[in-house]
Amino acid sequence: MGCSCNEHVNPLIPEIVVIEDMRADTEDVTTFRVTKPGGGKPFEHMPGQCAMISVPPLGEAIFSITSSPTQKDFMEFSVKRCGVVTEYLHSLEVGSEIGIRGPYGNNFPVEDKLKGKDLLFIGGGIGLAPIRSVINYVMDNRENYGKVDILYGSRTPGDLVFQKDIFENWPSMPNTEVHLTVDRQEDGWEGHVGFVPSFVKEIGFSTNKIALLCGPPIMIKYTLQTLMEIGFKKEQIYTTLELKMKCGVGKCGRCNIGDKYVCKDGPVFRCDEIDELPDEY
Amino acid sequence: MMKKILKNQFSQLFSMIDKSYELFLPIEKEGKVNFDLWQEGDKVNIEKLKTSISPKSVIFPQSETYLKFKRDGKKLELENVGGKKEDYVLFGVKHCDAKSFQILDNVFLEEPVDRLYEERREKGTIVSMACFNPEETCFCSSFGIEPETASKEVDVTTWDMGDSILWNPQTQKGEKLTEKIKDVLEDATEQDKSELNALQEDTKQKVKELPLANIDPTKITGELNDLFDSKIWEELSQRCLGCGSCTYVCPTCHCYDISDFKGDTSGERFRCWDSCMFSDFTLMAHGNIRKTQKERFRQRFMHKLVYYPNNHEGVYACVGCGRCVEKCPVHLDIVKVIKKLGGEK
Repeated sequence: MGCSCNEHVNPLIPEIVVIEDMRADTEDVTTFRVTKPGGGKPFEHMPGQCAMISVPPLGEAIFSITSSPTQKDFMEFSVKRCGVVTEYLHSLEVGSEIGIRGPYGNNFPVEDKLKGKDLLFIGGGIGLAPIRSVINYVMDNRENYGKVDILYGSRTPGDLVFQKDIFENWPSMPNTEVHLTVDRQEDGWEGHVGFVPSFVKEIGFSTNKIALLCGPPIMIKYTLQTLMEIGFKKEQIYTTLELKMKCGVGKCGRCNIGDKYVCKDGPVFRCDEIDELPDEY
Repeated sequence: MMKKILKNQFSQLFSMIDKSYELFLPIEKEGKVNFDLWQEGDKVNIEKLKTSISPKSVIFPQSETYLKFKRDGKKLELENVGGKKEDYVLFGVKHCDAKSFQILDNVFLEEPVDRLYEERREKGTIVSMACFNPEETCFCSSFGIEPETASKEVDVTTWDMGDSILWNPQTQKGEKLTEKIKDVLEDATEQDKSELNALQEDTKQKVKELPLANIDPTKITGELNDLFDSKIWEELSQRCLGCGSCTYVCPTCHCYDISDFKGDTSGERFRCWDSCMFSDFTLMAHGNIRKTQKERFRQRFMHKLVYYPNNHEGVYACVGCGRCVEKCPVHLDIVKVIKKLGGEK
C-alpha cells in the first residue's frame, strides 16, 4: 500500500488531525470530517482501507475510511456510538484534535477486477460506511464502470445513514439505481419494508455483476445465501471482515484468523477466499 | 579465534562490559532467575538452564511506553518517547531462546517494520551460552536446534567449561565487544577445544535420550481446516484454565495490547504482552469471535504449529524450551497437542 510516511517512524505513532465537521447521520451515528491542522488529508488511501483513530486517554479503535480517495481535501469516518472510544468521539466538538494512523489493509479492487463491470453494492446499517468510499470513487470515475445498483437497508428509516447520498446524490447519477429498505415500518416511510436478503431476492438482479457486500454478520450471512440462490458465484462477491485490532500492522495478533491477519491481508476478501479461512469470523 | 575467560574473572568481565554497554544477565532474585539489568552485587546465575521468563523480555519488553500525550481543551499534543537509546549486551542466552529471536524477527521486522523492536535489536549484542545439561522438559531438537553447538543467531557464542567459559565472536558486533574485554581474555588451548568436543558429543547423546526426544512436529500433516476442525481441541481444552501462563513464559509469543495510562489531561500510551488465551482478547463492541476456551486454546496452538509455519517457510513458532511444560498449572502444554496431532517419530 502506498504509505508516504517517513520510513523510520514507528508505525504505532499517530499524527494529529482536526475535526473540521461533525454531521449527525442518525441518533447514534456521526460522520467526522478531519484534516491536518494546516489543511489537507493526513494520508492517501484506497476504497475499503481503514485507519486507527486515537483519542487519548481512552485509546484507539479502527474505522473504515468512508470518504473516497477522490476527495482531495479531507477524510471522513462514520462512527456508531457503541463503546468507550466511540462514546468519547461523539462527545468531542468541531475543532478538537485527535490522532490518526494508517492507512491499513487492502482495498476493493476498483482499478482491477471491478473496472468495466456492472456493480451491485449491498449495505446494511453502518455497513454502508466502507462501501460509500467505493461508491463515490466509482461515481467520480463513472465512465470506467457499468451499471450501478445500490441496495441499502437499515432497521428503521431513522437509521439510514448518508441521507444526502442515498436520496439525492446517487440517484441522480447516470445509469445508477438506489434501492432502499427498512426492517420496520414507521410513519412517513413510503419505501420498501423488509430485510435486505429478501429485498435482494425480490428485485432479482441479473448475475453478470460484481457484488460488494457489507453489514452486520447476520445480514452478510443471509444475503450471501440469497446471492448464491439467484445465481451469483462466490468469485463475484466481495465483502469485508471485522475483527478486534490493536496494531493495524499484522503484529499484535488479535485479528489473526487462519494464516491471515485481517488488518493487513483484509479487511476486503472475495467470498471464495473467505471459504478457505477457518470458520470463526 | 576462540578465546577463554576464567570464571574468577567474571566480576571484572561484567564491570568492563558495563563501562560501554548496559548489561543484561541471568540474575537470581528471591529464588527465581531472570534476565535483568546487572548491577554490582547482583547474584548472577549462569548455571540455571531456563530462566522463568525468556530473554524475549529484553528485546520485546513486557511493557513499553512509546507515546506521551497532553490534552489542553481542543488541543492535543503527542510526543514520541519510545525506543532504546543505549547499546546493551545480553549475556547467557540459550540456543532455544536465541532461535526464538529469529521467530520474533520474522514478525516485527517484516514490513511495516516495528521500529521499537528494530531499535532494540540493533542496539543489542547477543552472547549465547551453549547447553550441556538439557532437562527432561526440553525438546529443542524437535525444532532442529543443537543446543551444544555455536548458535547461528547470535554475536558471540560461549560454552561453560566449569572453571572457565570459551568465547567465540561471530559478527562485527561480537568482535567489537571482544575488543572491549580483551584484558580478561586468554587464547583457548588445544586441550580446551578437545574438552569442548567431548562435552558436545556427550550432550548430543543426552539430547537423544531425553524423554521428549521423539516429538516431531513435521509429522503433523493435513489441511489447515481439517486440523482446525479436529476433535482434539474439545478434548484437550477442557482442562485449560485460560490463565495465560504459557503465553507469558513463551519465548515466541508476540501478541500485544496497546493501552493508555490515564491522567486528567495528560498520560502515556504503552504496549504490553497480551494473551490469546484471555476471553477479552478478541472481544469487540458487537461480540466475540472466540467465546469459549476451546476456541482460544485452539488459536494458540494452530498459530504456533500451522499458521505461523504457513507464513514463514515452514518454521514453527516453538523452540522446545519447555517452559510451558514446567509452568502450566494443569499440565497441559504444546507437547500434548503435538502428540495428539500425530507429531511423534
